[in-house]
Amino acid sequence: MKQSSILQTALLTCGLAFSAASFAGSGPSGAMLGNTCAGCHGTDGVSNGPATPSIAGLDYDYFVEAMNEFKEDKRNTTIMARIAKGYSKAEIETMSKYFADKEYVRANQTTDAAAAKRGAKLHKKYCKNCHGDTGISEDKDDDSGMLAGQWKPYMTYTLADYQSGKREYGKKMGKKIKKVQKDLGDKGFADLLEYYASQK
Amino acid sequence: MSNFTRRNFLKAGVAAAVAGTSMSYGSFAIGGAGKKVVVVGGGIGGATAAKYIRMMDPTVDVTVIEANKDYYTCFMSNEVLSGERTLDSIRFGYTGLQKHGVNIVHDMVTGIDADKRVVKTAGGDSFSYDRCIVAPGIDFKWEAIDGYDAKVAENTPHAWKAGSQTATLRKQLEGMKDGGTFVMVPPTNPFRCPPGPYERTAQVAHYFQQNKPKSSIIILDPKKKFSKFGLFKSGWARHFGFDPENPNGPGMIKWINSEAGGTVSSYDAGSKTVTAKAGKFKGDVVNIIPPQKAGKIAFSAGLTNDKGWCPIDGKTFESTIHKNIHVIGDSSISKPMPKSGYAANSQAKVCAAAVVAMLQGGGAPTPSYVNTCYSIIAPGDGISVAMVYAYDESAGKIIKVKGSGGLTPSEFDPELRAREQQYAYSWFNNITSDVFK
Repeated sequence: MKQSSILQTALLTCGLAFSAASFAGSGPSGAMLGNTCAGCHGTDGVSNGPATPSIAGLDYDYFVEAMNEFKEDKRNTTIMARIAKGYSKAEIETMSKYFADKEYVRANQTTDAAAAKRGAKLHKKYCKNCHGDTGISEDKDDDSGMLAGQWKPYMTYTLADYQSGKREYGKKMGKKIKKVQKDLGDKGFADLLEYYASQK
Repeated sequence: MSNFTRRNFLKAGVAAAVAGTSMSYGSFAIGGAGKKVVVVGGGIGGATAAKYIRMMDPTVDVTVIEANKDYYTCFMSNEVLSGERTLDSIRFGYTGLQKHGVNIVHDMVTGIDADKRVVKTAGGDSFSYDRCIVAPGIDFKWEAIDGYDAKVAENTPHAWKAGSQTATLRKQLEGMKDGGTFVMVPPTNPFRCPPGPYERTAQVAHYFQQNKPKSSIIILDPKKKFSKFGLFKSGWARHFGFDPENPNGPGMIKWINSEAGGTVSSYDAGSKTVTAKAGKFKGDVVNIIPPQKAGKIAFSAGLTNDKGWCPIDGKTFESTIHKNIHVIGDSSISKPMPKSGYAANSQAKVCAAAVVAMLQGGGAPTPSYVNTCYSIIAPGDGISVAMVYAYDESAGKIIKVKGSGGLTPSEFDPELRAREQQYAYSWFNNITSDVFK
């Protein structure tokens, strides 16, 4: 009865694997929590836009920090503060891990090629040190946002919040924002966003 | 390890077992393999459940039985009425589900034999199942308003199931003269899409304002209040002319609630006259949304209670009346979750996870549910309500997570409201993709 014993082994293996995944702790699994985000952020966190950002592949610490800021009303939002308050610290960590493991997919959106070209130069000059060569930092230890291929309306809202003081930024980012504003005005920011949005 | 999901683990386990035997197996019963799930109804709940079961365990055989070739979303259909979007933009087909390996059968389910675990169709086919998911949406209580039935509804549309009904109502609004009256009759609770009639009011008012500014809207409501109550009333006042202090006063929108005699008893289709406690109201265009109950198949399958809805266990959505049959979406009693598209989508995923776990011989995982509901009052003025839900093991029911959720702030902030509108469109794009692609 070789067949049936193999079958039993396989069943046992799968059974164990399944219980380990489902019952580690008493809370909902990462997939269970992550699935609740899909209606707005897309299946597996890859957004179809136009405004909700993709959250697949977000850095673990960045995700946790963002959710905590929403929860504590420290970030200007429409709906996220109301939703983030529904998740415990452990659930946010589980959710963050789930999305950090997903593959980031850049948004397919129309952009202005000339503006994007100008933006690329500005990125090198003002933003590259923290946001990486193309707008996604390779350094897993820093907490800079992922800009390349993110939805443009979302980035526009975020930038507007920085500029109006509704969202706090670090000292370094504040300095750079003021510098872009002084050197190039609103057009500088528009070009930068075209550059990030243009990256497929 | 980053992509080491449960599914991959399962696959790896199977591969290892097969490799060890130096024999190959075409298919043998392991986990969910060979297990059959039949989904009755390809709306938001049914389609989501089918897709997610396949995503969670591709060895499960999933069949969706749906009468229509296309599905029109109820959400955003009010924008079709105002002309802000086309009917085609809310139409979705089933090729996306087929790509996930879901079998699609276009037929009408006529009965479910819970003992033999067989689903029967009008086309004469039988489908056996290990677990069945019933998601038929709503049906109407045609007996509630004298003179208003399915036949009359062909010309006096409810437009509460999107598609041809939406097209009929849009056509009538387009054909109406400037200075005409639109009479709308919302249903009693509980019903599909609680903010829907009031968003519809706003969208029709928006259309009138742009095209027929002398026209008016009369709402004959059997209720004293409704979803997003304050937000809608202030929104109507801000954009269209409505007096929250004197809702029956001058202005484009008049809201006659139950206390003011808004409860409707009958309708005369010939003269397009609605009779309410407050009197007779003649409309140039009339929209009656009758009181509701679970979809027809839920009754014939014996899944309903004396109130006409389906009692379920909130952890698995398994019927408390019939084993191995799960009910999700509008037909189910999933209080405190509302009867909304997003709620159906969220319930479907919890149900799918439970079904997959149970087919594999395990217990249902701990659920997490969410609902977000957007309404668009006018261009640049979106509002929302949200809530996160959990399952209370000791009480055995779905509960709201304390401190979560709530409404858009009542104070009008144009920038925030413009963003809410864009997020409403993003929600539409993402949820329809999550369900059908």
